[in-house]
Amino acid sequence: MMKLLVVEDDRDTALYLEKGLGESGYTVDRAGDGRDGLFLASSGGYGAIVLDRMLPGIDGLSMLSALRAADIHTPALILSALGTVDDRVKGLRAGGDDYLVKPFAFSELLARIEALLRRGATAPAATLLRVADLELDLLSRTVRRAGKPIELLPREFRLLEYLMRNAGHVVTRTMLLEQVWDYHFDPQTNVIDVHVSRLRQKIDRNFARPLLQTVRGAGYCLRAPD
Amino acid sequence: MVTEKLLLPAPPIRSGRQFPAHLRRLVHTHAFRLAALYFVVFAASVLGVLFFVYWTSADFVERQTEATLDAEITGLAEQYAERGLSGLVQIVAARSAGDRGDANLYLITGPGGQPLAGNIAAWPSGVPARPGWLSFTVASDASGRVATEPARGRLIIIPGGYRLLVGRDISDAAAFRDRVKLTLLWSGLVALGVGLAGGTAMSRNLLRRVELVNRTSERVMAGNLSDRVPVEGTSDEFDQLAINLNRMLDQIERLMTAMREVTDDVAHDLKTPLSRLRARLELALLGSGAAAATPAQSEAIRGAIDEADRLLATFNALLGIAAAEAGAGRDRTEPLDLAEIARSAVEFYEPVAEEQGFELSLAAEPAVRIRGDRHLLSQALANLIDNALKYAGGGDVQVGVFAADGHAVLEIADRGPGIPEADRESVFDRFVRLEPSRSTPGNGLGLSLVRAVARRHDAAVSLADNRPGLRVRLDFPLLPA
Repeated sequence: MMKLLVVEDDRDTALYLEKGLGESGYTVDRAGDGRDGLFLASSGGYGAIVLDRMLPGIDGLSMLSALRAADIHTPALILSALGTVDDRVKGLRAGGDDYLVKPFAFSELLARIEALLRRGATAPAATLLRVADLELDLLSRTVRRAGKPIELLPREFRLLEYLMRNAGHVVTRTMLLEQVWDYHFDPQTNVIDVHVSRLRQKIDRNFARPLLQTVRGAGYCLRAPD
Repeated sequence: MVTEKLLLPAPPIRSGRQFPAHLRRLVHTHAFRLAALYFVVFAASVLGVLFFVYWTSADFVERQTEATLDAEITGLAEQYAERGLSGLVQIVAARSAGDRGDANLYLITGPGGQPLAGNIAAWPSGVPARPGWLSFTVASDASGRVATEPARGRLIIIPGGYRLLVGRDISDAAAFRDRVKLTLLWSGLVALGVGLAGGTAMSRNLLRRVELVNRTSERVMAGNLSDRVPVEGTSDEFDQLAINLNRMLDQIERLMTAMREVTDDVAHDLKTPLSRLRARLELALLGSGAAAATPAQSEAIRGAIDEADRLLATFNALLGIAAAEAGAGRDRTEPLDLAEIARSAVEFYEPVAEEQGFELSLAAEPAVRIRGDRHLLSQALANLIDNALKYAGGGDVQVGVFAADGHAVLEIADRGPGIPEADRESVFDRFVRLEPSRSTPGNGLGLSLVRAVARRHDAAVSLADNRPGLRVRLDFPLLPA
């Protein structure tokens, strides 16, 4: 079972994370301040660290810098009430791997943690991504399903690439917005949904078994049917 | 479908004759004007003094000559009154005797013009026989060779057709005057040169310090809030100006920092309870077994979470506007292709637009470059497109990018109801929504953010009638290619 470390001084938020992550199948250790967090994280063995930015004693960013300086590269997700792009850039520069602004939906957090956990697992050198009978060739920039070529616009190609790299896992709308479009604001309208449904039209229509699923209250998931 | 037209840049307009740009800039500097003014005043006073010196020296010599001649004529007139014409002729003959040297010139002629007495051989040619002062030349044989010398004299008509000419060789006076002229000309030229150099040096020194103030304020406006005007320790007016400006900058920096801190604190202190609220609601949904919520409860909880999210969206929008207005992260600006940002946003919204019955298109000139923050600009443009899709109802929505009059222009035009002229200023205020029913989702902060982002980029925002529809235009300072 994967072990996660949650460093959060707010008891309610920490309990919520512990409970939610526990129910999702993770073992959670908790630390209430930066010192304890640094100590636990240094002892290692965690798949990922969820870290509040504002902590008593050593703050989250300093703790992370210290950890990275000690050559410990456990993926870290920074939680913060500060949501400007500036704050985000600072967080990522300090050694964070992802940044989530409070308050957040639990599904968002979970999807991001899982993305961090499998970051090391997928072979980055792969030039051909495959989910069931859907194939995406990164070199020739072509997509085929069941051997039949599918025409995609450049943006649709990138969207599909991201979904395929995270095949079998939930990706949220915000993750798509940030990773595919590099937008860090809430577009208010259901823009992402329309993009996904267009993509779905192209890859799933005329095929018996749909690959691209909508996960209610969370986002989307591209997976091979059982 | 995204239709994209590439517009070629218009050929540069050439007017017939143009003042070279750098000269025009020079003429517009205060340093140049100050130096020019100094030079003109200086030159005028130097010329005035020189003219006065010339007048009092050269002219004075001439007047002296005339005074001497007047005295001589008065003496001769007395002799004439006493002894008649023959007496006068005798006197003139006596005075004309011997070497002419420095003496006066005399000539008496008879009614036929024949010389009767005097030290001038004949009536000077080309001189009219009118009474009064006249200038003429006389032949001199002093050094054995014949030369003509300038002379000045006065002609008296004596009854009976006789004429008396009394004059003086003024070659010395003329030589003196030439010397004075030459001296004054040279000293004048030297003085003007010194004046020009002095004016330039003075205005340079004066404006160098103004320039220091200018550069510092530019750097501060560019985001370097801790920059200060150098104080040179001369405690003159410029130092005083620098000290006052620096105090002002200290205050601005303090306020900006305080504003940031307040924003951060508010964000933290208000968002933490909101996080808890949301977390508890989600926990309630996660409950299983006996703790599981009934479907009706789940629905209510989901509704509450949505409500919390809306509250949060508004809150985040406000914080975003505050951050943009405070100029946070100015150091993140970079040279950008405005068309690239527009293309990305149009591409992003195009499927939604099509689904809602709009024709979203982009007309972009290539290489319209500005300096800016990509994230903020994308968000502002997204807000504008989003507004158009919300309120226009359908039809064309055109996004344009072009360069005009040294500005990089970003324009969004729709075919909706537009905004009445009276409301065009107030729509930028926070929470202002023109729809009385507020039936369209939104928080009334979209245009506030657009304005904050525009200000941050030194851009002007204007709303205009698209006949029909709304035309929003942002004019950014164009980055030279």
